[in-house]
Amino acid sequence: MADVALQPGSTAATRTAKKRSSLRNVLGRKSTIAFLMALPLILLIATLVVYPAFYALHLATLNKSMARFVGFGNFEFLFKRETFWLVVKQSCIFAITAVLFKALLGFIIAHFVHNIPAKGQRKWRGMLLVPWVIPPAMSTLAWLWLFDPSYSAFNYTLGLFGAGPIPWTGDAMWARFSVILVNIWVGAPFFMIMYLAALKSVPDQLYEAAAIDGANWWQRIWYVTLPMMRNIIAITTLFSLIVTFANFDIVRILTAGGPLDHTHIFATWAFRVGIEGSDIPLGASVSLFMVPILAVAAIFILRDIAKRGNEA
Amino acid sequence: MATMTIDKAGPTRKVKYGSMSRDRAWALRWSYFFLVIFVIFFLTPPVYMLITSLKSSAEISAATNPWWVSRPTLDNYVALLTSNQFLRFFWNSAIVSILVVSITMLIAVPAAFALSRMRFWGSTILGTGVFLTYLIPETLLFIPLFKLFVVFSDWTGIQLINRWYVLLFIYPTLTVPFCTWIMIGYFASIPKELDEAAIIDGASWFQTLTRIFIPVALPGLIAATIFAFTVSWAQFLYPLVFTTSTDQLVMPVGIITTLIKGDVFNWGQIMTGALLGAAPPLIIYAFLMDYYIAGLTAGATKG
Amino acid sequence: MAEVSLRKVVKRYDEVEAVRGIDLDIADHEFVVLVGPSGCGKSTTLRMIAGLEDISDGDILIGGDVVNDVPPKDRDIAMVFQNYALYPHMTVAENMSFGLRLKRYPKAEIKARIDEAARMLDISELIDRKPKQLSGGQRQRVAMGRAIVRNPKVFLFDEPLSNLDAKLRVQMRIEIKKVHQKVRTTTVYVTHDQVEAMTLADRVVVMNHGRIEQIGTPNELYHNPATRFVASFIGSPAMNFIPCQLEDAAGKLQVRLTDKLAFPLPPARASRYQKISRSDKLLLGIRPEHVTEASAHIEPGVEPFNATLDVTEPMGMETLIYFNMHGAQVCGRVSPNAGAQDGAPLRLAVDLNNMHLLNEVTGAVL
Repeated sequence: MADVALQPGSTAATRTAKKRSSLRNVLGRKSTIAFLMALPLILLIATLVVYPAFYALHLATLNKSMARFVGFGNFEFLFKRETFWLVVKQSCIFAITAVLFKALLGFIIAHFVHNIPAKGQRKWRGMLLVPWVIPPAMSTLAWLWLFDPSYSAFNYTLGLFGAGPIPWTGDAMWARFSVILVNIWVGAPFFMIMYLAALKSVPDQLYEAAAIDGANWWQRIWYVTLPMMRNIIAITTLFSLIVTFANFDIVRILTAGGPLDHTHIFATWAFRVGIEGSDIPLGASVSLFMVPILAVAAIFILRDIAKRGNEA
Repeated sequence: MATMTIDKAGPTRKVKYGSMSRDRAWALRWSYFFLVIFVIFFLTPPVYMLITSLKSSAEISAATNPWWVSRPTLDNYVALLTSNQFLRFFWNSAIVSILVVSITMLIAVPAAFALSRMRFWGSTILGTGVFLTYLIPETLLFIPLFKLFVVFSDWTGIQLINRWYVLLFIYPTLTVPFCTWIMIGYFASIPKELDEAAIIDGASWFQTLTRIFIPVALPGLIAATIFAFTVSWAQFLYPLVFTTSTDQLVMPVGIITTLIKGDVFNWGQIMTGALLGAAPPLIIYAFLMDYYIAGLTAGATKG
Repeated sequence: MAEVSLRKVVKRYDEVEAVRGIDLDIADHEFVVLVGPSGCGKSTTLRMIAGLEDISDGDILIGGDVVNDVPPKDRDIAMVFQNYALYPHMTVAENMSFGLRLKRYPKAEIKARIDEAARMLDISELIDRKPKQLSGGQRQRVAMGRAIVRNPKVFLFDEPLSNLDAKLRVQMRIEIKKVHQKVRTTTVYVTHDQVEAMTLADRVVVMNHGRIEQIGTPNELYHNPATRFVASFIGSPAMNFIPCQLEDAAGKLQVRLTDKLAFPLPPARASRYQKISRSDKLLLGIRPEHVTEASAHIEPGVEPFNATLDVTEPMGMETLIYFNMHGAQVCGRVSPNAGAQDGAPLRLAVDLNNMHLLNEVTGAVL
C-alpha cells in the first residue's frame, strides 16, 4: 500500500519507461514460446527439404564421380539424349491426361453420389474411396497381375467376347494407357471426395433460383456449380498435377519404365540413372528438370486463386 | 396417371417439367446405375487380390476362370504369416509407421498451435512456407537426400544407410506439413473467446493447448494421425532408396523385391502379401472413415 | 478491498485512438455499467481492465494496486463473455471448476463452491451436462457460475445478454441483479443497451468515441443529461430535439419554435436561462412523456398547442404519436383513448417544467 502512495509522486517519464520494458518482457516471452513451439517444424523443413533442394542444384553441377565441377555439363548431356526428351514428353502427357480424367471422373461421380439420398451416401462414398486408401504400391501389384501377359484376367474376359488379347504392358501405346489408367484409378476418388464436399457447400437456393430462371441440368452445372467450386477445382488440380507429375510407384512397378523407356517419367528415370546407374549428379539433373515445369503450373494456378480471392 | 390426361387437355407445354417426382425417380435410377459401374471399376483390383490369394499355384497356372476360386486354400496366407521374413517386413512397417506418427504429431501440433494462435515474427511466412513444401515432391529430394545421408554416414561413422530408422527422419518431411496444415485449420476454428476464458481462468499457454485445444480439436487430431499413418505405411520410393538388406525392408518394398524371385512370380503369394500389406490402412479406414474423409477435405477446403 | 480505478487510460491501435483518456473510480461493491454505441471503446476498456489488451497509456488499479503489467490470471478477476465461451468438451461442473483446478484447490472446497453457485443460479440439475445440451439462458448461467466460484475481486461482463432473445434478456437481467445483491462483488458491465444500463447499474458511464460523456446514477442521467449525446442515448423513445431560440416578450422569457409557436418559460427555467444570448441557435429537448394530450385542467408550466399527427403507434397502454414541429419530427405519448388518429389534428400540451435547452452547435446542455 505504501507503494501506491509513492507511485503518483514519481515522474511520468520513469513510470512509462518501466512499463515499456516490463511490457516487452511479457511480449518477448510469448513470442519466444511460440517460436520454440514452431522450431522443430522449421528445423525439419530447413534441413530435410530446403537444404536438399539446393543441394540437388549443387549435385547437378558435378561429374559422375562427383569429383569435378562441370557446370551445365550434365544438362547439355541430357539435352542431347533422345531418351530425355521422350521422358519430358511422356511426363507431361501423362500428368495432363491423368489429371484431366481424374478430375472429370471425380466430378461426375461426386454428382451421382450427391444425387442419392443422404443416408445412403455414406456407404457408396466408403466403397468409392477404397483405391485411395490402399497403398498405391500394393494396388499396382494387383493391376500388374491383371495385366499379366499370360494370365491377364482382362484378356480372359475379352476372350469370352471374342476380342484379342491386349499386350497391356508389352506394347508402348498400351503400356502408356495402362499406366494412365492405374493412375486415374488411384486418384479419382480423391477428386470425388473433394468435389463432393464442395458440392455440398453450394446453397440449394442457387439451384432453385436457376431452375426457376429456366436453366437445364447442364446450364445449372456451368453457371452455378462450377463458378462456386472454382477455388477447390484450382487447388485440387494443382496438388494433383504435382503429385501425378512426380509419380514413381505406379510406373516403377507396372512397367519399370518400359517397354524400351516408353513409359519412363522423370521420377523413374531419375531413379534408373541416379541410383541404379550410380550417377547421382545426372539423376539430380533429371529430377531438377521437374522444377521449372512445376513452378510454371503452380504460378498459373496460384495466381488464379489469388485473383478470385481478391474478387471475393 | 390422372396428371397425364390433364396435361394433354391443357395448353401445350414442354413435357420436360411434367412430373417432378418422376424426373427425380429416373435421375435416381441413373445415379445408382452409374454408381454401380464405378464401384465395380474401383473395387475390381482389391477383390481380385482376394480371389487370387485364395488360389493355389496349381490353380493359377491351370489358367481356369481367373474370376473364380474353385478350390480355395489358405496356403498362401499360412506361408506368409509363418515366414519370418514377411513378418519382419510387417514389423518394420509397423514400428516405422507408429514412430513416425508420434514424431509427426509431436512436431505438428505445437507448431500448428503457435502458428494459428500466437503471432510471432515470421509466422505468416512460415505458414505459407509449410504450404509451399508440398510443391517440392519427394521425387526431387530423394537423390540429394540419399547423397546427404551417405556423406553424413561417412563423416560421422553413424550407419545411416540401409537402416530402417533412417526412415524416421525422412518420412516426417511428407507427413508433418500436411498434418500441421490440418491442425491449423482445426485450431483456427476454435473461437478466440475460449482462449481468453482460459487465460482468465489462469491457464498458461501450455495448459491452454493440452487441456482445451487438444480435446476440442480431437477429430482433427485423429484425422491427422490417420493421414500420417497411411502415408508412412504406403511409402515406396524412400525405403527403396534407403534400405536394401532384407531385414531392413518395410512391407511395400519387401513384397515387391522378395516375392518376385527371378522369373518366377508366385502370384498367389504376391497377391496375399499385397492384400496383407494393404490391410492396416483399410482396416483403419473401415472403422474411422469419417475422420479420414474429414482430414482430407479439411486440409483442402480450409486452405 | 476491490475498488477499480482508471487514470487517464488510453488505448492506441497504430495511429488510431480507440480509448482517449478515461478517468473512472469504481467503489467497492459497486455495479457500474459502461454503455454506448458500438465502437465507443467500452469493450476495449473492459478488456484492458481484464488484462486481455495492453494499456497504451495511463494506469489501471485494482484494489489499490497498479495492474498494468499484471497478467489476467493474477488480477483476481472473472469475466463473463458475450458468447459464453464455455469449454465444449467439459461438463458444467468441470467448466465451472477449471480455474480452481488449475490453482490446485482442494477437491472438497471446489465441490462446495460449485454446489453453492449452482444453487444460487438454479442450475444444480445441469451439473453433469455438456454445453451443447444446454439452452442459451442456461449456458449464460453456467458462464456466470464459472465467474462466481472464483470469488474474485471484480466481475467483468462483456455484453452477456446480447445473444439472448428479448424475453430471456429480461429474465437474465433480474438474475444478474439478484446475484449482485447476494454476492456484492464489484462489477463492471458493458452493454450497448441503455435499458440494461438503467435497470442494473448503481452508476452508469456513458461513452462515445473513446471518451466518457457522463457518469451518474440512472436517475441523474435521465433527468439531468450533460450533453446531447447522453440525452438522446438514454431513454426510449428518445428525447425530442426541436430547433428554437430564446426571445423576450412582454418582459418574460419565452422559447420560440416557429413563427406562430412560442412558449413562455416557467419561472425556474427562466431564471436559469436568463444569461443565454438571444441570438444563439438552440435546441429544445423534451422527452416524449412530457408531450401529451391537453387535459382540461392546465398545470403551471404546461403549455397547450395544436398539432396535426403524422403517424400513431398504439402500444396498448399508451399510444405514441409523431408529428412535425419546426422541421423536427417529434414523438409524444398520449393515453389510448385520447382520440389520436393518423393525419388528424390533436390538442397537445408540453410540460416545460421538464425541458432542457441545448446549444445546437456544441451539444452541451445548458
